[in-house]
Amino acid sequence: MSAVQDQAAEKSGLAVRLLAGQTAALARAISIVDRDGQAVSALLKAIEPHLGRAIVVGFTGPPGAGKSTLVNAFIAEMRGRGKTVAVAAVDPSSPITGGAVLGDRIRMAEHTMDPGVFIRSLASRGHLGGLSASAARVADLMDAAGFDVIVLETVGAGQSEVEMAEMADVRIVVSAPGLGDDVQAIKAGILEIADILVVNKSDLPLAKRTVGQLQAMLALRAPGDWKVPVLTTNAVDRTGLCDLADAVDRRAAARKMKGPRNALGGRTRRLLAQSVAKYAEHRVLNEANATIDAVVADLQQAEIGLDDAIAKILMQLCESQKNG
Amino acid sequence: MIEVLLAPARVLVTKIGLDGHDRGSRIIAAYLRDAGMEVIYTNPWQAIDAVVALALEEDVDVIGISSLATDHLLVPKLMVALDAAGLGHVRVVVGGIVPDEDEADLLSAGVSKVFHPGAVREEIVSVVEQLAIAANNERPVD
Repeated sequence: MSAVQDQAAEKSGLAVRLLAGQTAALARAISIVDRDGQAVSALLKAIEPHLGRAIVVGFTGPPGAGKSTLVNAFIAEMRGRGKTVAVAAVDPSSPITGGAVLGDRIRMAEHTMDPGVFIRSLASRGHLGGLSASAARVADLMDAAGFDVIVLETVGAGQSEVEMAEMADVRIVVSAPGLGDDVQAIKAGILEIADILVVNKSDLPLAKRTVGQLQAMLALRAPGDWKVPVLTTNAVDRTGLCDLADAVDRRAAARKMKGPRNALGGRTRRLLAQSVAKYAEHRVLNEANATIDAVVADLQQAEIGLDDAIAKILMQLCESQKNG
Repeated sequence: MIEVLLAPARVLVTKIGLDGHDRGSRIIAAYLRDAGMEVIYTNPWQAIDAVVALALEEDVDVIGISSLATDHLLVPKLMVALDAAGLGHVRVVVGGIVPDEDEADLLSAGVSKVFHPGAVREEIVSVVEQLAIAANNERPVD
């Protein structure tokens, strides 16, 4: 057996155990897709027919809004409704050292021993957009392992996390009163992707005002077929969780009628675009090639424009790909 | 056999038993983070079963147990539980106050290294990094 076949067989053994819902297999598979450069196509191919069953729920919002605590309460509510839950919680990696302290699950400790709950901490590893580069695949693996609800919790930058929109069936933007300019922080970009707006820490005095501000912003938007609700929660004493779970179910049902999320092609397309860009970047930066060198020199000397240079590079990459 | 890690080492930094002095574990978490590792950090007072569940879900390479008040005596029990869960490849280090006469017991129970007061950042980081590599090489093939 060749090394490649060997690896494929090994991966499909993992896939079988993953599809059977084994925790260790899911944990291992996530590490494999989270590690760049690993050949994972056999694994992903094996799980492909089993995708699209789970509801993927994204939680984003500014740091300190209470996302992790709210996710903890949301897990409890969903467990109470008989659903199993898998969580991928993303925390930032240091841009300097690449290291990270992953602490989201501190708030979810009560679910550690529940076999119906799987929680995995992921580091953003320099990926922008609030998730990790592997998040879409991690969600797929959790789906394949048979979890009913998959929660994606973003790093909490709160502004550029539009990426979540393409991965989640239901997008929840969490805010809290008294964070100063928190409404400001979520209004551009992130507000447009919200299916549900949550004002957490509803016991704080300014909660009503925050709700009012959000409703005023929503009122300015063109009406769509989904009316974005503004809900209040108190994740610590668990008020408002029932309404939140109901809203998630309603939104998910509306989404599912439009077909499984994979049919939309959004995530697959994004993954492909990223991979193509990464491939091109690697080759342009690392390949010793006279044509590429010439294009760089021409661009530097303003002999050609950037658009021309891109076209030439793409042609060169295709040429040498064919010949190589 | 790998000699360098392909992705950041994943390390669970935690405390078992009843001792809640977590300054040490926080400092270690920061050291490892600053050395480029991914640290899963928990509150103190973890049960042994919970540590096993965390190590399994997070697929860690190394577990660091901080102990300042005799909780290191529980670590041999943790080693048995890890083995039973199929996590025999995961390396365990203990740091804090461990009397010399207990160190041999911990090592013979399978603990890879005991750090005493005075251990320096460079030593801790380099030992954990090497143990993560060893754990990866021994991880069962699926």
